[in-house]
Amino acid sequence: MSVHDKTASVAPVAADDRPTVLSVRNLDISVRTEAGILPLVQNLSFDLQRGETLAIAGESGSGKSLTSLAIMGLLPPPAVHVASGEILFDGEDLTKLPETRLQRLRGDRIAMIFQEPMTALNPVMRIGDQLTEAIRAHEPMSARAARVRALNALQAVRLTEPERRLKQYPHELSGGMRQRVVIAIAIALRPDVMIADEPTTALDVTVQREVLDLLRDLATDMGMALILITHDMGVVAEMADRVLVMQKGQLVEQAPVHALFSTPQMPYTQQLLSSVPRMGKGRDSTVDTSACPLVSIRDLRVTYDLRGGILDRVQARVHAVEKINFDIFVGETFAVVGESGCGKSTVARALTGLVPHQGVIELEGKLMLRDRVSQKANTRAMQMVFQDPMAALNGRMTVGDLVREPLVIHAIGTAQSRADRAAELFERVGLGTDALDRYPHEFSGGQRQRICIARALALNPKLIIADESVSALDVSVQATVLDLLQELKAEFGMSYLFISHDMAVVENFADRVAVMYLGQIVEIGSSAQVFGNPQHQYTRRLIAAAPYPDPSRPIPPRGKLATELKSPVLPVGQSPEILRYQSIGEGHLVAV
Amino acid sequence: MLAFIVKRLIQSALILLGVSLITFALLYLLPADPVRQIAGRSATPETVANIRAQLGLDQPFIVQYARYLGNLVQGDLGRSYLQKTEVSTLIASRLPASLLLMLGAIVCELVLGITMGVVAALRRGTATDNALMMASFIGVSAPQFVVGLLMLYVFAVQLQWFPIGGYGTLAHMVLPSITLGILGAGWYSRMMRSSMIDVLRQDFIRTARAKGLGRMRVLLRHALPNAILPIIAMIGIDVGIFMGGIVVVESVFGWPGIGQLAWQAIQRVDIPIIMGVTLVSACAIVIGNLVADIASLFADPRIKVR
Repeated sequence: MSVHDKTASVAPVAADDRPTVLSVRNLDISVRTEAGILPLVQNLSFDLQRGETLAIAGESGSGKSLTSLAIMGLLPPPAVHVASGEILFDGEDLTKLPETRLQRLRGDRIAMIFQEPMTALNPVMRIGDQLTEAIRAHEPMSARAARVRALNALQAVRLTEPERRLKQYPHELSGGMRQRVVIAIAIALRPDVMIADEPTTALDVTVQREVLDLLRDLATDMGMALILITHDMGVVAEMADRVLVMQKGQLVEQAPVHALFSTPQMPYTQQLLSSVPRMGKGRDSTVDTSACPLVSIRDLRVTYDLRGGILDRVQARVHAVEKINFDIFVGETFAVVGESGCGKSTVARALTGLVPHQGVIELEGKLMLRDRVSQKANTRAMQMVFQDPMAALNGRMTVGDLVREPLVIHAIGTAQSRADRAAELFERVGLGTDALDRYPHEFSGGQRQRICIARALALNPKLIIADESVSALDVSVQATVLDLLQELKAEFGMSYLFISHDMAVVENFADRVAVMYLGQIVEIGSSAQVFGNPQHQYTRRLIAAAPYPDPSRPIPPRGKLATELKSPVLPVGQSPEILRYQSIGEGHLVAV
Repeated sequence: MLAFIVKRLIQSALILLGVSLITFALLYLLPADPVRQIAGRSATPETVANIRAQLGLDQPFIVQYARYLGNLVQGDLGRSYLQKTEVSTLIASRLPASLLLMLGAIVCELVLGITMGVVAALRRGTATDNALMMASFIGVSAPQFVVGLLMLYVFAVQLQWFPIGGYGTLAHMVLPSITLGILGAGWYSRMMRSSMIDVLRQDFIRTARAKGLGRMRVLLRHALPNAILPIIAMIGIDVGIFMGGIVVVESVFGWPGIGQLAWQAIQRVDIPIIMGVTLVSACAIVIGNLVADIASLFADPRIKVR
């Protein structure tokens, strides 16, 4: 139906010679609030050339996602709207087009993929229908012909068993597979422009690697212009031809990717690049590992039963954690790293007694008991800081009450001494004491995480378990929170159990590291040992998969096709093989 | 699937057993004496004692209940004290009318509730939304006999659009169905509104729009099938609510269903009929819930049969 020639070949010409497909001119996006009209994006201009990959980089609140939604005509109505400016595509101003005309462009010539693959697909509709529906909305064709097109699209995104996928529902696929389906929907009609809004942020690092490779190949093969919206400078370095850096709704800097990384012009860009944790050879630990460990875990095992059938018998078991051993020493940051489903969070939950477990957990040489009285004492020694600080703080309590609550629960001190303690902790984590009477929603993400840290510190714990505690934060905020944690550790002599999926953060923050895969540790050692001399192939794969914030570094070779994490679910009676370890020396163990 | 149904049927049998025990016990403890009703006021103590012995009402509770249960297992619901007819015959003659009324009410509450909820969600924060939610609030809070009488007065007496009462044609069905369904319609419109607002915020709606689908298609093909899921699960519970409602609605409209039968039986302490109607109602509720659960299973592929 569209008159343009989508299959026109794109010769690899110099960026400047390529025709412009999309042009944003003096774009202003505003939101109507009770306090009046507030600008969200101001005076943004840029051009997108055919076949080019343009990254729009920035932290939360930079307006990068709003810009992409404005191009799609999908700004959340009625409050958010394009206040002025033009978005020129194919000689037309998209901001002036009526909805019906925009509908014809959307999905056909400009396509979009989103961040969260788990929720981006309709849960009650088959994959095949979701694909063919998009195709038939733009090109009238028989159901059978659309199915062939859908199948081609699924093959193009390198999804295994594409025939079967057509009949499946989204919940039957993993996150990485679902993101491939979303991409397949986007590319099915070979659009001129594809907007990818944080397409790999929610994915595991090895899956991210595959999806990035896929996006790059598709853009090249189809001559598609790609707008890549991301907060991750590693992804920018690997993917982009040109980069737009945005901050608080304004364009900070625009440059070809090599120039941006080698000679960033603006202070904000420089600061952004310097906050990005980089991977190298690991860091040496100064922790004394000859003393009695603070926490000692032996043969820790956590399984969940899956029941079914008429009699509700156990039919299978999830082997979340399978006989793992490690020690955490006084003053040490011990990191557990791995992809989703590897059991790293389950270790934390077992340690704190939140899930039943087998095996021995000792605290300062004494067996940890789980009766009510002991459990209360245990919580004094161990506190947790979670991933999502907004969800971890009760929105109906003031932050002062939240920080005092652990002291109230454990009946420590008087009202006055608790208030003093809360004020002291607030000062310490870098928040003013005047903030104590405010509510969680009045703070930014980074500040909320500081509040969670203050609450964890209230009981003077010996161990703080930080489960993905900095993963949801912007890089510059992440850097300051990590600095704070580092200072606090030195000051209070605590230990950390630091659980993360982010290899670069772990490398720079941890003294010792355990790499987990399918409920077991595959490699354990100091940061220098694991990152400087990785022995296990899974550790190597994780390290290779992490995007590296340097565009001059060659892109690592392809991994295997569409690898999915194996399942830790086994039928009753079967147990996973327990890994055995080989010592590389000085506490560096690797599974054989 | 089959295992699921078998499991649920076993559970249902236990529920019915419990219902029968509790109802039987309540009727046993009731201060009203069925024998007095049968014998009449002028009966001599000997006659009363005779009838009591004849009906086995002089036996201890356990014996009475065991005997009832024994008959029940053989499909015998006993005989009415006053009408001298098999309870099963009485119920069988009345049940179709009640089921028809319930069907009408379900259609009415789904059509009204879903439409109102969807429109309110799409027009959120406007006068339309406020008006619809006000209407649903009235639907939820108005007592059924008031609604019924009001309906009769306006649509049957004044406007004469529908017959005043009775049973037989589609026109007879309209007013009782609306009266019985209006409570559910109020509930559903509220549930549907919040569920719809929730669904419209979901990522997959944005994906559907990014595909270039028209608004109507996004609404009907993507939003509605997801927003309706919590309602499907509720329909089973409704059957229980209806069972209470039909007693009132059937009396108001002279609808010859088991609600009327039950009402008359309660007035005359006709225990076998009360027991029979209660058990049939319990069956209907159990079946209604089972059907709703199976429907949810089909509507939502994420639910696993357990």
